[in-house]
Amino acid sequence: MTNYVIAMGVSACIYALMALGLNVIWGLAGMVNLGLVGFFAVGAYVTALSTIKLGVPIWAGMALGAGAASLVGVGVALITVRLRGDYLAIVTLGFAESIRIVASNAIWLTNGTDGISGIAGPLRGGISPEMFNLMYLGMAGAIVAVAYVLAERLRVAPFGRVLRAIRDDEQVAAVAGKHVTAFKVKAFAVGAAALGLSGALYAHYTSYIAPDIFVPLLTLYIKLALLTGGVGNNRGAVLGAFVIVFLLESTRFVIPLVPFISAVQGAALRELLIAALLIVMLRYRPQGLAPERLAVFPIPAAAR
Amino acid sequence: MPPILTEIAQLVVNGVMAGTILAVPAIGLTTIYAVLRFPNFALASHATIGAFSGYIANVKLGLPVLPSVLFAFLGAGLVGVATDEAVLKRFRPAGFITTAIASIALTIALENVVRFGFGNDLRGYDLPIMRDWRFGSIRVGPQQVQNLGIAIATMAALFLFLAFTRTGKAMRAVADNPVLAGIKGINADTVGRLVSFVGMGLAGLGGMLIGLDTTIDPLTGFRAILSVFAAAVVGGLGSIPGAVVGALTVGVGEELCLLFLSPDYRSAVGFVAILLVLTLRPRGILGQRAY
Repeated sequence: MTNYVIAMGVSACIYALMALGLNVIWGLAGMVNLGLVGFFAVGAYVTALSTIKLGVPIWAGMALGAGAASLVGVGVALITVRLRGDYLAIVTLGFAESIRIVASNAIWLTNGTDGISGIAGPLRGGISPEMFNLMYLGMAGAIVAVAYVLAERLRVAPFGRVLRAIRDDEQVAAVAGKHVTAFKVKAFAVGAAALGLSGALYAHYTSYIAPDIFVPLLTLYIKLALLTGGVGNNRGAVLGAFVIVFLLESTRFVIPLVPFISAVQGAALRELLIAALLIVMLRYRPQGLAPERLAVFPIPAAAR
Repeated sequence: MPPILTEIAQLVVNGVMAGTILAVPAIGLTTIYAVLRFPNFALASHATIGAFSGYIANVKLGLPVLPSVLFAFLGAGLVGVATDEAVLKRFRPAGFITTAIASIALTIALENVVRFGFGNDLRGYDLPIMRDWRFGSIRVGPQQVQNLGIAIATMAALFLFLAFTRTGKAMRAVADNPVLAGIKGINADTVGRLVSFVGMGLAGLGGMLIGLDTTIDPLTGFRAILSVFAAAVVGGLGSIPGAVVGALTVGVGEELCLLFLSPDYRSAVGFVAILLVLTLRPRGILGQRAY
């Protein structure tokens, strides 16, 4: 049971990191990204392949994973940055699906749908599995803490302020002399790096990745996490990720209590429940549990 | 003919047939986009629902393909109106991004309703076994030709409906300028419901036509969605003739890529087509501004 709780903690940390990355792209810069699972997959595959095939150390593999995801993010952003949001939605969703198609079919590289197993974990084998889980939780927690601090800095820094200005009104930001395109591309690069890093964390934790893992449902989980916590708010992103992992895992215990359904039906019911939850959240509490707090500047008395 | 030319000719024939079938759900998507103004990802699950409605009619009730196709249209169309009314409509005032995200959640929810009822097994329609027709060295399946006929007849009916009936004109008016249409007394709500019915009905019909060639399962619609969106974007989102041109382009493109790519990459071709068009001509072949 302890092991299970620790494993859930690691999941929550990975989700939190993804939510923080998404928050930069969606929450701050206001760009819709329906393909975040694609960046997650790029990070996971790059680190898995570079540690296994090239023999680079784990930390370097993770850095490569984050870097590759970031580069891909720049590419996606450059193509779509001029387009309206609805096209961005289509392109990002298509991007994630294409990554999955390539991962399923480039068998020489990714071993196809069988996936890659035996991905090294730091100190795995050297210490007991329990210790490994605990140590990994510590490592993931530390990474999330650092990412949180950086994301907070980013949010209040002039850079984050410009992003929020772009989100609220692109034209006004442009009129104020900000290079909107450059800011958007940078936001995508930063966000995608965090998504890639979370993919790398995932790969080294579970030691196995396959295309089946990188389905749109995962994108939806993270969207749900960010929405639950509060879009535009880093505290909300982390909080939301933990709430979502808790909810997802509790459905795992509730569904078997439903009588007369098969395993497939149980799984279907679980996904149905989660999708319905997202719709309800989106409808009734779009600002989340911890809404973004915008600074209020008092109007000076002389100006009244 | 030299073998490579024969192969190319065969692929073009296959591509035109696949593209014509693809045009049906692509028109559904582009019509919904033109009137309700958001990319409706719930199209995927409605294609699946259509495929399964047709399956019920064809296999459980023992009907031939032609009436079953009507079931596919009606089943998906009715679910489309119901879910739009109950779910998506409420999101539209919040903007297209929120609505698009809600439509993804909706598509996963509906997909799982189908999975709950039918499981993950692959299912096939009850089709008479027929020998392929041969024209010289080109082979064509009779079922494919029937699918082609159904797709063309559906599109012809839709064009006539939009061009000549009052209701069709009202739909085009709302797509063109909702405010002006409102001033002229056209009820946007009614038109919205109609568009959801027709659009999702077309998605369902398309889902069944795609399934007739192979098998169906709860992911049938989702696997096709990339090609459908590619068709609509390549042709220009919001333009019905564009969706047809785009679908033919994507259909032939996907087949011709088989010359030098393994068939598994077929659906990624659609994504490459989206990227190319958005980079070179963002409005699509026949569409309006994309930014």
